[in-house]
Amino acid sequence: MSTLAVHDHHGVEHHDHDHGHHHKETFITKYIFSQDHKMIAKQFLITGIIMAVIAMLLSILFRIQLAYPDKSFPLLETLLGRFAPGGRLDPNFYLSLVTIHGTIMVFFVLTAGLSGTFSNLLIPFQLGARDMASPFMNMLSYCMFFTASIIMLASFFVQKGPAGGGWTIYPPLSALPKAMPGSAEGMTLWLISMVLFVASQLMGGINYVSTVLNMRTKGMDLWKMPLTIWAFFLTAILGILAFPVLVAGVVLLVFDRSFGTSFYLSEIVVQGQVMNFEGGSPILFQHLFWFLGHPEVYIVIMPAMGISSEVMSVNARKPIFGYHAMVYSLIGITVLSFIVWGHHMFVTGMNPFLGGVFMITTLIIAVPSAVKTFNWLATLWRGNIRFTPAMLFAIGLVSFFISGGITGIFLGNAALDINLHDTYFVVAHFHLVMGSAAIFGMLAGVYHWFPKMFGRMMDEKLGYLHFWLTFIGAYLVFFPMHFMGLDGVPRRYYAFTEIESLKQWLSVNTFITWAAIMSAVAQVAFLFNFFYSIFFGKKATQNPWGSTTLEWTTPVERIHGNWPGELPTVYRWPYDYSKPGAEEDFIPQTTPYSQTMTSNLPHDFEDNPIGLTQYNEWLKTQTVNEEVK
Amino acid sequence: MMAQIQQDKDRLNLAPKKFNMWIFLFTSFMFFMALTSGFIVYSGGKGHGLGFNMPNIFAYSTGVIVLSSLTIFLSSNAAKRLQFQKQRLFLWATIALGVIFFVLQVYAWSLLIKGGIYFTNPNASQSFVYVFTGMHLLHILAGLLLLINTLVKAYRNTPQVMNLYNMDMSSIFWHFLDIIWIYLYVFLLLNQR
Repeated sequence: MSTLAVHDHHGVEHHDHDHGHHHKETFITKYIFSQDHKMIAKQFLITGIIMAVIAMLLSILFRIQLAYPDKSFPLLETLLGRFAPGGRLDPNFYLSLVTIHGTIMVFFVLTAGLSGTFSNLLIPFQLGARDMASPFMNMLSYCMFFTASIIMLASFFVQKGPAGGGWTIYPPLSALPKAMPGSAEGMTLWLISMVLFVASQLMGGINYVSTVLNMRTKGMDLWKMPLTIWAFFLTAILGILAFPVLVAGVVLLVFDRSFGTSFYLSEIVVQGQVMNFEGGSPILFQHLFWFLGHPEVYIVIMPAMGISSEVMSVNARKPIFGYHAMVYSLIGITVLSFIVWGHHMFVTGMNPFLGGVFMITTLIIAVPSAVKTFNWLATLWRGNIRFTPAMLFAIGLVSFFISGGITGIFLGNAALDINLHDTYFVVAHFHLVMGSAAIFGMLAGVYHWFPKMFGRMMDEKLGYLHFWLTFIGAYLVFFPMHFMGLDGVPRRYYAFTEIESLKQWLSVNTFITWAAIMSAVAQVAFLFNFFYSIFFGKKATQNPWGSTTLEWTTPVERIHGNWPGELPTVYRWPYDYSKPGAEEDFIPQTTPYSQTMTSNLPHDFEDNPIGLTQYNEWLKTQTVNEEVK
Repeated sequence: MMAQIQQDKDRLNLAPKKFNMWIFLFTSFMFFMALTSGFIVYSGGKGHGLGFNMPNIFAYSTGVIVLSSLTIFLSSNAAKRLQFQKQRLFLWATIALGVIFFVLQVYAWSLLIKGGIYFTNPNASQSFVYVFTGMHLLHILAGLLLLINTLVKAYRNTPQVMNLYNMDMSSIFWHFLDIIWIYLYVFLLLNQR
């Protein structure tokens, strides 16, 4: 009894503290070192958007170089100084631009910006939890991410410029600071930034998994979770298993760079000077890198898939087609993603038999991917579709995923890859299937959950403008690249149109650059819409999209602890849209079956025999009533 | 009153936090797996073995860390039985053993260096020994901080729920460090020639 009393006292004290906290919140605890999952989600989103804009501007810079390799733009020298002497990009700076564009987009925008935002926002909301398992760790996660971003950007201000070895930072190039300017201090900063970034992602991921497994509200079993949560959960598992391997690889690389070990370095001559390394294996780094690197692309795309599934179901006013198949295909992708990394290394002199094994596992991933694609299409089929901006972006994801995924079948072939490796075909493939598709999933999420994050609506017209310009622009940019790749145009080259046999691609390059500039300008519509609507958008209602999931049962003013009173109880799966016999075209997860007698079906009571008998009795009385009439 | 307790449980719930620790162990485990796999790929591909016998000092440090696992287990047991004096005593013992382990590992490095086995080494298999032990020592450092935190809080008037929670967190982590070290040591022993 005494323990009970002590516990109770403690509980009350905590409760009071909670209320006190609400009033005493200062600017710093509310906006900077916040431990509230909703605020952390917004922090991740806005940091992610800023990083995305920076990475996009970098891409425009190197696109200008590709389109006009002979012209000089004095403005560039004004803006970039020694990085663009005489108004033309410095070749080493070009490599840095490509590297940092890739790094920021893959890690800072599509990993942290996407998972960080929506996992933080939706996991507690859609599961009915007050907050994350450890709000403190969550705060640390954002702080580390922010620091990592600053360090990554700071590398533009060191003498020799940012890292330039490509986002995959293969040694020996990246391991020898003297090899090129992009391997000097910039690379050191890159490595520091990435270690912090991984720490941030691990803390985030640990929290996501723990929250999903431990803090679901009453009635929310795993098979009643929305597909968003399934996707975030499996993404977090991927991150937890894959990121530490990258750290191991990076730690060894740091030792090679700064301590003179030879993990990755073999006999090598730099600038006429024989270095005293021997016996190292650069392929070892590729193994360690791609063991993370391949799951990483699924870390990027799976949250986008989850968001699209949810948005498409809500806006097609139909249950998602094949909910279980959707979950199992996500699990399938998760498992397979760990045994395919070798397909990035087909041309490293890999044993052809091993290459064959990696090829088969790679091609098997097409199966769960196709399952997901067909399920999305089947969800749209005969739906009562509302083309909100979020819905358009979700459909855009499906489009990019199909057209980018198909080229994956080509690249996954060990034999074809000999021709296609490191050409623009690869660039086209991954920019469509994970770049554009994941960005579109993220934008769908932003448009869809904006009312939940800020209590206001985004402007629809600007949303449509943003969608169409970006959608068309992305295809115009990336589609021609397939043909360049088939012709053997190598990626990451500063001025490949100087090569006699590739000269004819200059006109295509110019076209792509202008398409890229158009898509970049289109983002202004989004940025204006986003920041304007935060302050002046139309006030949102509690459930603006007529959605069934739990986040829309919270008050529009976002409060500490999410729900003012008790946590909601869940009675049904999240996709009861347009159920025959129901009064409205959606039934929230919190509505018990006893309140929806007219729309209940026998399979709703699969694991509930008492409910089934009651349902059958109710059916009998209904038929009796019919006969009386 | 019961309702109050019920409601507060969803505001202060320690089980998920403990679960966080278990997941963290997975990440750590993957990290050491990656390093040891790296060793296998490297030494298999290049034909460079370790080429020397592990110094005996590693056997002593293994004994020390196993003993520290025992003391932290006793400390946990004492905490559960409300014998706080004993809990603190065994925590002190665990911390002391942790420090001894740390010192022994560093001493082992000095022996390796005397034997001409350097970290900066054209045979990276030998560098790997330093990486394994060094990364493990970083974890030991974190574990010691966790133990000190638990000990400090055990001296203050911490509610028993929190005391047990701190105790659980540090002992889960400490046992894990013990197991990882045994794994690394056995791995090195199997590969030393």
